[in-house]
Amino acid sequence: MGMGKSSLAKKYWMAATGLFLILFLIGHLAGNLQLLLPLGQRAKDRFNLYAAFMTHSPVVKILSYLTYTSILLHIIDGIVLTIQNRRARGKVRYAKNKPAANSSWSSRNMALLGTLIGAFIVIHLINFWAKVHFGPIETYIIANHAERIQDLYTVTIQTFQDAQYGLWLVLFYAFSMLILAFHLSHGFAAAFQSLGLSHPRYDGLIKRLGAAFAVVVPLLFAFIPLYIRFVLDQI
Amino acid sequence: MRKTTMAARKSLSLTLKIWRQKHAKARGRFETHRVKGISTASSFLEMLDVLNENLIEAGREPVAFDHDCREGICGICSLYINGRAHGPSRGITTCQLHMRSFRDGDTIYVEPWRSRAFPVIKDLIVDRSALDRVLQAGGFISVNTSGNTQDADSIPVNKQDADQAFDAASCIGCGACVATCKNSSAMLFTAAKVSHLAHLPQGQIERKRRVQHMVRQMDAEGFGNCSVTGACEVECPKGIALKHIARMNREYGHAVLTSREQT
Repeated sequence: MGMGKSSLAKKYWMAATGLFLILFLIGHLAGNLQLLLPLGQRAKDRFNLYAAFMTHSPVVKILSYLTYTSILLHIIDGIVLTIQNRRARGKVRYAKNKPAANSSWSSRNMALLGTLIGAFIVIHLINFWAKVHFGPIETYIIANHAERIQDLYTVTIQTFQDAQYGLWLVLFYAFSMLILAFHLSHGFAAAFQSLGLSHPRYDGLIKRLGAAFAVVVPLLFAFIPLYIRFVLDQI
Repeated sequence: MRKTTMAARKSLSLTLKIWRQKHAKARGRFETHRVKGISTASSFLEMLDVLNENLIEAGREPVAFDHDCREGICGICSLYINGRAHGPSRGITTCQLHMRSFRDGDTIYVEPWRSRAFPVIKDLIVDRSALDRVLQAGGFISVNTSGNTQDADSIPVNKQDADQAFDAASCIGCGACVATCKNSSAMLFTAAKVSHLAHLPQGQIERKRRVQHMVRQMDAEGFGNCSVTGACEVECPKGIALKHIARMNREYGHAVLTSREQT
C-alpha cells in the first residue's frame, strides 16, 4: 500500500514523471532552437559548446539521470497500469460501444501513443545520443577551450540532410512530434488531476496551458528537422 | 450526444439484440427479438416489460433485468444501450430513458454492465456488491446513537462545502461510471463518498482512515485505474464531476503521507 502499490499511488508516479518530462521537453527545446542559426562556424561552435556543457556539467548530469529514470518509470508504470486496466475490463467486451460520445481519442489511447513515443526515443537516441557516448564522432579544437570538443552540430545537420535516409528521418521526426502532441494534449492536464491538484480557480488555466503546450512545443520540435532539411543551406 | 428527436410516429417497431446468459458460469449470447406497438411515451424499462409479456405468452423465459423505483433515484436499473451506459441521453438512468429517443425500425443493442468486478448473474443483471464492499470499508461516519444525538443543523458548514458535499452525496451507486470506463475503474463512485464526507465536519474523524481503506478495497475488488478520460462524469446520471476524483487523489496522498496509524 502507501506510495507504491495502490492504484492512486501508481498514478502519482505516472503524473510526477510525466510532469518532470514536460519540464525536460522545455529544456531540450531551448537547446535545440540553436540549430536554427544560419549555417556557419558561429552556429557550429555555439551548439557544440552547448552540447559539451550538457554532457559534462554535474548539475545537468543529475538532471539527465533523473530524466532517464523518469522515462523508465513512466514506461514501466504505464505497462503495469495498462495490464491492470485490461484485466479489470474482463473477458467479454461490449458488442456495441460508443466511447467517442464521452471521451477524447487521446485520453483512451495514451498507451498506444506512449509506445510510439518510446519507439521514437530509441531511434532518436541511436541517431544522436549514442554517437556522443560511443562514437563515431569527429572532434576539433576551439579557442579558449581546454579540451577537444565533439562536433555534434555537423552530425545533426548531416543526419537530416542525408541523401539516402534523411528525408524519411525528417518525416519520422515530424510524425513522432504529432504523436507527442496528442499524448501531451491529454497528459498535461491529466497529470495535475492525478496528483489531486484541482481547484476551480486554476483548472481552466491548467487546461489552456496544457492545450497550448501540446501544440507549441511539438510544433517547434518538428520545425527544426524540417528547417534543416528544406531551408538551411547544405553542409 | 445523439440528438433526441421526437419520433414521427407515436408507436415504434424495434429490433432488440439482447444479451442472454442463463447464469454466471454459462456462456452468454445475443438473442434477437422484435417488439411492435411501443409507445414513444413509454420508458425503456416499460418497453422491456412489453417484450417480457410477449415472451411469457409464448411460453419462453423472460429477460432478467434490474429495476426498482423507476423514477431515477434508486440506482438499480443498469443496461448498456446502443453503446452507452443508460442509453443515448445524458444525466438520466435507464428508467428515465424514453422511447421517443429512438426511431421506428431502430435496432437496439442491450448489454449488461461489463466489468470483471461486476460478474453477470443472469441475462442483464450483474452483481454490483463490489461497490457495497467499497462503501463498507470506510464510507461511514461515527455518530452518537445513545439517544442524545446532536441536531445536524447545529453544526455550522459553509455554503460551498455543503454544496460540494451534496453534489458528491447524490451518487446512487448505479455503476455507470464503472460500466463506461475503458478501465472499469470505480474511482468516481469511491471518490464521491470520500469527497462527500471530507467536506463535512462529521466526516473528519475517520477522514484519513476512510480514504485509505476505501481505495484498498476498490483495488482489491479488481477495478481498474483512472485514465482521466472523463467518460464517467459524462455518463453519471447524477452529474458527479471529475473534480471529486482529484479530491480523492489529494485526500489519499495527504493520508498516506501524514497518517499515524498503520493501514
